[in-house]
Amino acid sequence: MIKDIFVLNYYSGMEFNEKNKILTAGILLLTFTVYSFHLYSSLPRQNLAKADDSNGKLVWQEKNCISCHQIYGLGGYLGPDLTNVYSTKGPEYIKAFLKTGTVVMPNFKLSDKEIQELLGYLKNIDQTGKADPRTFTISYNGTIKQ
Amino acid sequence: MVLSYLRSVTGKKLYSFKLAYIHLLVFIISTLGIYFAYISGNFGGREYWEFPPFFAVLIIAGWILFLINFISSLSSFRNQPVYIWMWMTGIIFFLFTYLESYLWVIPYFRKNLIGDLLIQWKSNGSMVGSWNMLIYGSSIFLMEKISGNKETSQSSIAFILYFTGLFNLMFNWGHHIYTLPTAPYVQYISYAVSMTELFIIGRIIFNWKKTLDTAQKNLHILSYRLLLSADIWVFLTLALAILMSIPGINVYTHGTHITVAHTMGATIGINSFILLATITDNSEDNCSNLLHYHKIINKGIWISNISLLIFWCSLIGAGIKKAIWQTAEVQNSFSMMMQELKPYFIVFMAAGISLAIGLFCIIFPLMKMKISCIFKK
Ligand code: HEC
Repeated sequence: MIKDIFVLNYYSGMEFNEKNKILTAGILLLTFTVYSFHLYSSLPRQNLAKADDSNGKLVWQEKNCISCHQIYGLGGYLGPDLTNVYSTKGPEYIKAFLKTGTVVMPNFKLSDKEIQELLGYLKNIDQTGKADPRTFTISYNGTIKQ
Repeated sequence: MVLSYLRSVTGKKLYSFKLAYIHLLVFIISTLGIYFAYISGNFGGREYWEFPPFFAVLIIAGWILFLINFISSLSSFRNQPVYIWMWMTGIIFFLFTYLESYLWVIPYFRKNLIGDLLIQWKSNGSMVGSWNMLIYGSSIFLMEKISGNKETSQSSIAFILYFTGLFNLMFNWGHHIYTLPTAPYVQYISYAVSMTELFIIGRIIFNWKKTLDTAQKNLHILSYRLLLSADIWVFLTLALAILMSIPGINVYTHGTHITVAHTMGATIGINSFILLATITDNSEDNCSNLLHYHKIINKGIWISNISLLIFWCSLIGAGIKKAIWQTAEVQNSFSMMMQELKPYFIVFMAAGISLAIGLFCIIFPLMKMKISCIFKK
């Protein structure tokens, strides 16, 4: 509908007068507000995985893991995506990385509690879905599905 | 951030200089504080806002002052040119998205891992849009000042473009998170909305000839040259953005250096050049001895544009390689893949250095002039 207003205005050479401007801005603003609050309130339905019961997300943010790693492809570029590392590599493997670090990845000198919390976070995020691009199929109209 | 404040000064008479100073002061204090937190390794926030949330309060307070100042400086809302609308939108939406990006502090949002990522990128995506509103608003303002034609910014087409931009600011952020397992309509809505950008790019292509004509007339003006560079980057960035907004392509480019290329092209190519143009324009107004530096600035513009292009291409190259790795049947280890990307990173570094040199050639004379101006006064 909004597009109609544009197109109509454009092709009829109609003046985009003050009233139309305010109307368009109003419609947009209203739709945006409704959409935003709809999203906030629909969060529980956005994913079926259980809520994150670990404190790990806060540790994750505090240590800034995201500056090198990615979750669902979002984050830094120095290290690998960790969305599904829990199921593909397992907790012992992750623990080993966190305890010692590597040449590239620093050793954060995490306490055992922090390591447990991080593991909890990685486990929960793993259960939300798959981030591997190979698991998607592309339809002809350009949309993707898993 | 401080720079965007400058722009309101170039716009109109200010309502209150005192408010503006307080605003500036708040920002300086929080900037220093944030650097201090970074240096001492105290994070706690997240992407882009990795400082402890406490500082956010200061930033929000500063921004509200900015908003009050801006609104009070306008005598009326009637018949304002498009850049006033754009600045207004930028200020309001920055405030909204900034608040939104802190929703994670509330457990309801934080505990829902997917929902939290959704909101995070919703707000980040729109926030970039609100920045762009501020910056492009300034660009239009400047263009008009150079050409002396006050009608463009009142025209219907300017407003159509503005509303297309606003529409995208509000709804096209989904391309950041196509691969997140959210409800499918999130993907569909932003895919559809992103395609309205085709209208903007179509117009750029359509007006190509006209732009070139104007370009020939005004090419001797330095700030115009900078704006023209920004325009070229608008075109390249937009073309890439539209491609990346198609989920089927996005699934490959997502999480690769192509995303970085997109951001770099936008921030350096568009935003920096527009900002530099604003500064150059200001300097030309105040002290007219910029002519001495005409040659070196000109060289700087060329060097930085060419290096940026190489820089951009190397990132896209690295991104394509990583995309191929991501989708390969049999994957090498991550570190081996990174090894293979090395040549791209070397080109990237080299181009980055010459880009810095190019930008320096533009900024240094400007700084020198500003300082000598201050002494003259
Ligand atoms: C300086 C960048 C950097 C930071 C910060 C960082 N990492 Fe890493 N990490 C890497 C790199 C690079 C690798 C790849 C291993 C290698 O080649 O050394 C890696 C590997 C890993 C792996 C193994 C992944 C795999 O698939 O093999 C895990 C798990 C991991 N990191 C977890 C973390 C956590 C948790 C944090 C935050 C506390 C963190 N990392 C912070 C750079 C980083």
